Amino acid sequence: METLRKRAAILKRIRDFFEERGSLEVSTPAIVRSPGVDAHLDAIAVQLSGGPAGTPQNGWLRTSPEYHMKRLLAAGSGAIHQLAPAWRDGEKGELHEPEFTLLEWYRPGADDSALMDETEALVRDLASNFADGVLSHQGTTCQAGQGAPAFERITFREAFERHTGLDPINDSTGRLGIALRAGGVRVQRPASREQLVDLLLAFVVQPRLGEQHPCFVTDWPVDRAALARVRPGRDADQAASAARFELYACGIELCNGYFELSCAEEQRARIESENKRREDLGKAPYPVDEDFLAALSSGLPDCAGNALGIDRLLMLLNHSESLREVRSFLVDLS
Amino acid sequence: MAMLSHTELRKGVKLEINGEPGIIVSSDFVKPGKGQAFTRIKVRSFLTGNTLERTVKSNEKMPKADVEERNCQFLYRDSEGFHFMDSVSYDQLALSEEALGDAAKWMEENMEARLLMWKGRPISVEPPNFVELEITNCEPGVKGDTAQGATKPATLSTGATVNVPLFVNEGEWVRIDTRTGDYMERVKR
Repeated sequence: METLRKRAAILKRIRDFFEERGSLEVSTPAIVRSPGVDAHLDAIAVQLSGGPAGTPQNGWLRTSPEYHMKRLLAAGSGAIHQLAPAWRDGEKGELHEPEFTLLEWYRPGADDSALMDETEALVRDLASNFADGVLSHQGTTCQAGQGAPAFERITFREAFERHTGLDPINDSTGRLGIALRAGGVRVQRPASREQLVDLLLAFVVQPRLGEQHPCFVTDWPVDRAALARVRPGRDADQAASAARFELYACGIELCNGYFELSCAEEQRARIESENKRREDLGKAPYPVDEDFLAALSSGLPDCAGNALGIDRLLMLLNHSESLREVRSFLVDLS
Repeated sequence: MAMLSHTELRKGVKLEINGEPGIIVSSDFVKPGKGQAFTRIKVRSFLTGNTLERTVKSNEKMPKADVEERNCQFLYRDSEGFHFMDSVSYDQLALSEEALGDAAKWMEENMEARLLMWKGRPISVEPPNFVELEITNCEPGVKGDTAQGATKPATLSTGATVNVPLFVNEGEWVRIDTRTGDYMERVKR
């Protein structure tokens, strides 16, 4: 019960934080026509009655509220935030639940760097008010309060190199495979380059990010851009990268933010290429949300957006061992 | 052969790995940076007792172990191992002490147990969740001492050692949870 009260107090503080900064809280549909763009996110299908001639209507539970929130931004909403559940099928583990609480917010006029500043301000505010400045999980602690040093910002390539000694873009798959084996991971079947990078990221790199202080990982490889803008390399030898960031604390990924892609044609091309990847993985493609693309065509303001996993953050603020401790109930159909 | 998808790879599930039957002892789901999901499992082989690690991609499947459970009665142990009898067919089945693992210390003659069969041969045994056994050796009881939490070691008729409260005496029967090895209560026999 004490945890429940703390959860309520933290959610209230988050709402106040955004209200103080002139953001509008919104609610968008949980049941949607198209659940997203990501080849590796599986939505939960739902069916409504009342289609034409008595046929059922097929929809999905949203994997994030991104499409509808961007439609509001294109319609001139200004800064908006939403604190609500999202659903992802098949995601169940120590750090995953098929139903979870997502804080998603967008700020027109901000880029990824400005949104990292705001994310840092929010996490510091909550850490100081509710956790004496300390985030912790299973013995790892992380100083994140108002007095703590600035959160580190390192690029994806730097983070990868720091913890594996390898370059995720240029090193051979042989070297990546040897590093994976050295990290104690044995795969069941041969892995592609993309999968080797994912595996090293999951088992070797991520667990060591944000060990003493929270850490932003920036400048993601272009093939992991999702809905972020791609910007050219900053110097001659640097490849183009995605304006995307993730925040890590105690080895746990807390959020995923973008300097949002606003070009409708580019967006359509990415949806089509992700759908192609879904088919390659043996999954059904998702319907294309034409209303969302029309909204982008009509003009999405330059903005940055971020999605933060609230249950994970609460777990770190409450120094809990598991997500179960910070949610009153977990989905249980058994 | 029945296959298990990566979401079915949970603790306690029995599968085949390297052609050997085993049981998942831990399962870890990861999904790095919007990438593909992986499930990393640790599997204890029923044949060797060794623990193997495997990481499975979200679109891969693992073969389910083709095992069946048979209700048996424990008959006796000798130099060859532990001998059981199928409660329905009256077949006699034998298992080595290594194959029994921890279960060996709870086995008493005539006790019911479930044998796990793989390709027609027994590979492991599960004792009942609760067993009642006699204490054959422990320090004398302290009359009236019912202090919470204080315990002493006691040896049971099967040779197993468990911690029991101070008021329990030699010759008394106790109920044990075989999954944890914990003392539950005294029982009258």
